[in-house]
Amino acid sequence: MTTQTNTSQTGLKQWLTSDAPQSRWQAKCGRVWLGWLKFTENKLAMIGLSIVIGLILVTIFAPLLAPYDPLAADLTNRIQPPGAEHWFGTDQLGRDILSRVIFGAQYTLLIVGLVAITAAPVGLLVGTAAGFFGGWIDATLMRITDVFLAFPKLILALAFVAALGPGIENAILAIAITAWPPYARIARAETITVRKSDFIEAARLQGTSNMGLITGHIMPMCISSLVVRVTLDMAGMILIAAGLGFLGLGAQPPMPEWGAMVSDGRQFLLEQWWVATVPGIAILIVSLGFNLLGDGLRDVLDPRGGD
Amino acid sequence: MSNETLLSVKNLEVTFNTPKGDVHAVRGVSFNLGRERLGIVGESGSGKSQTGRAILGLTAANGKITADQMTFHDVDLANLTPKQWRKVRGARISMIMQDPKYSLNPVMTIGDQIIEAYREHHKVNAKEARHRAIDMLDAVKIRDPERVFNSYPHEVSGGMGQRVMIAMMLIPDPELIIADEPTSALDVTVQLQVMAILDDLVRDRGMALIFISHDLQLVSSFCDRVLVMYQGHVVEEIKASALHEAKHPYTKGLLNCLPKMDGDHSDLPILEREASWAEG
Amino acid sequence: MSAVKRKKRDGRNRARFASGPTGTFLRLVFSLAITFFGLLLVTFLIGRVLPIDPVLAAVGDHASQSTYNRVREEMGLNLPLWQQFFIYVSNVLQGDFGQSVLTSNSVLYDIKRVFPATLELATIATIIGVALGIPAGVFAAINKGKWPDHVVRVIGLAGHSMPIFWLGLMGLLVFYMKLDWVAGPGRLDSFYVDFIEPTTGLMLVDTLIEGDIDLFWNAVSHIVLPASILAYFSLAYIARMTRSFMLEQLSQEYILTARVKGISEHRIIWRHALGNVMVPLVTVIALSYANLLEGSVLTEIVFAWPGLGLYITNSLLNADMNAVLGGTIVVGAVFISVNMLSDVLYRLLDPRARR
Repeated sequence: MTTQTNTSQTGLKQWLTSDAPQSRWQAKCGRVWLGWLKFTENKLAMIGLSIVIGLILVTIFAPLLAPYDPLAADLTNRIQPPGAEHWFGTDQLGRDILSRVIFGAQYTLLIVGLVAITAAPVGLLVGTAAGFFGGWIDATLMRITDVFLAFPKLILALAFVAALGPGIENAILAIAITAWPPYARIARAETITVRKSDFIEAARLQGTSNMGLITGHIMPMCISSLVVRVTLDMAGMILIAAGLGFLGLGAQPPMPEWGAMVSDGRQFLLEQWWVATVPGIAILIVSLGFNLLGDGLRDVLDPRGGD
Repeated sequence: MSNETLLSVKNLEVTFNTPKGDVHAVRGVSFNLGRERLGIVGESGSGKSQTGRAILGLTAANGKITADQMTFHDVDLANLTPKQWRKVRGARISMIMQDPKYSLNPVMTIGDQIIEAYREHHKVNAKEARHRAIDMLDAVKIRDPERVFNSYPHEVSGGMGQRVMIAMMLIPDPELIIADEPTSALDVTVQLQVMAILDDLVRDRGMALIFISHDLQLVSSFCDRVLVMYQGHVVEEIKASALHEAKHPYTKGLLNCLPKMDGDHSDLPILEREASWAEG
Repeated sequence: MSAVKRKKRDGRNRARFASGPTGTFLRLVFSLAITFFGLLLVTFLIGRVLPIDPVLAAVGDHASQSTYNRVREEMGLNLPLWQQFFIYVSNVLQGDFGQSVLTSNSVLYDIKRVFPATLELATIATIIGVALGIPAGVFAAINKGKWPDHVVRVIGLAGHSMPIFWLGLMGLLVFYMKLDWVAGPGRLDSFYVDFIEPTTGLMLVDTLIEGDIDLFWNAVSHIVLPASILAYFSLAYIARMTRSFMLEQLSQEYILTARVKGISEHRIIWRHALGNVMVPLVTVIALSYANLLEGSVLTEIVFAWPGLGLYITNSLLNADMNAVLGGTIVVGAVFISVNMLSDVLYRLLDPRARR
């Protein structure tokens, strides 16, 4: 083990790819390293990662990046074609489309972020509880899950928004309500495969409580497949949010939400195509980014997952 | 035993390209095979299965085969087009796989799978093929061939499944059969039964056999000659009848690991390994 | 349920005797019933948390308090919640979803009228999606890592990432407005609409029944764009799943067996591997068919296609809650049935599940 003192790159690489790691830490680093290697090999996944990072940066720096106020109407400058003044043209109220698209990133990230941090823990909790306890708890929870899965997501979200009233908060709530069931399914499947494992039995014999087993041993086993699934679902969430916006049920005017912007452009489609086209491309790029990233993560974290 | 050479392999190498670097599964294996029964023995990862697959050109896509010579009769196995391979596989060289649970197509009936193997190489009509298949099922001592013919693989037991496998691989009448751990997935009680059926058929039809196994005792009782492999190398080649004269420490180690009825020591010896054996 | 479960636990042999075709059928029906019950419960609750007052919607803003109370009692809204739910379930089971405020027809009548349009669109789209998606997926799998795989992957990813309403608009812009290759929104040119008697409600069938070839081609040129847009999404999904199932099957041991037998690569792929892929793929196709009902909501709006999606959305924007919930129940019920159907088909196709 003379290489340990050697801090050159080959030494580090050898340490990371060693067949016989000396510690759990080294083994873990090695695994992460191999995963990262596999991930970086995947060019599409790297593109996805850049898009998602780009989205986050645009969200943070929107006020600096946007050349105009996204809400400032300028009726003398209505529906201008793309040009030097306005790179993506202006809309029916003379607002700069580029600025609106840039600020729209905030809403998109807000929606997927809030949905993910509400739906994923709920699904994880329901799924692990169902899988761990089995019996009638499992039967009841999974029945409830099945009922929610029985609706197409958009229709269910529509019905909820219809009941709660239009608006971005209600849209987020409605999407979250439709998003958790698949996570419960995944968490349950993972739980059932590990529930009977020796390491769970060992922890139980050491006196770990049920709650401790679930949170300390079972939930961590579910995380990687859940992360993959949530990342892949984010694209779907963006599309549903945009769909609700397009129907006028999501973010309300004058918020620069991309789906609502496409809807605005509908009336000028033939002559002023850019009004509807540009925000649509933004939706496409961002949800493509999440899909590519999710795919890449799946290849690394969950090689079994067909879907 | 005959002195006519069927298969000649010289310096066979199989290398796999993996994210962790190249893995040399088979390194410089050479042997000649007549109309005889040759055993290849080794622990898992010794390259014995990869040797068998390389002979059929069925190394996985990330693997590379090189050899100074690999000929079957006058066919150069190292340079065959896919079309030429199809004339060799099944018809002239065939392979019995390990576990019938995975090696039979689950959504095709057993009959269809056997007929498919036969009709690929013999132009006969459906009725004739069916006859042949049922005869073959009978030949592997399946009592109710008609029923098994119409069954799906999951409907028969492991031992039965392996007999189906033997029937399917022998029906085109190949000259060489490679049996890759043909009984390791089976219950101990039916292992010998299946082995005996295979042995009988190979003998009756005058086929050559390469029997790949980790079980030295099993191999020595069914084969004329044994190759012992360790980490991709052939470390010893020896007549099955002369196993007790084995010179290589690894072979001796394998022999010593077999529990003896009259054994005088209470501890089973540990199989010793030395890095130098892998450098041949 | 518990009886069924117990039998399952009693070991394989007994389970085999107990779960014959009737056992399987009963379990399916039971599970269908429970899910449907849950569906009704959810829609009922959605209807009751609604901030819009259904009484007010019926009597108008200027009604007196006594009229309001009378109507409230007539609508059964003074009863306890569980009784209301009971009445709701029994009404729905009799096909009574209430009146639509917007059209003043019964909701069931409205849905019967609009559903065929959605069915026609989704069916044509699925046919296109299957016909192109399966070969594309197989082609990608056997060329894994090469350019056909990348092309299929990009097409698939774009399909998963594209807002369908936007793609619909772009399709209209390019193929209808600019190129004029296809007809615009609607199921027929508005000039023809009154010419056709809705026999089946499927325009392509009805025009043929009437024997009017011109009308038939007009209907075709109307449906081709929305159906292709929807088909693209089903194609993307089917191709992606086919590819991943194919790759899984191609790495199986029985594929190696087939190669050992000397079978042609063509037969190995299309007979052996695809034969096994078809089993799970049926579920995928059924699922994508059911999902098209969902996709059709947005597509129908873009193409002014008078189907269920347009009906639900219009009702929603007009606070016509009976119509929204009725439509939601129908879509949910179709979704459940299609899933169940795929389960049955799975059992028929997979010899291991057949017994």
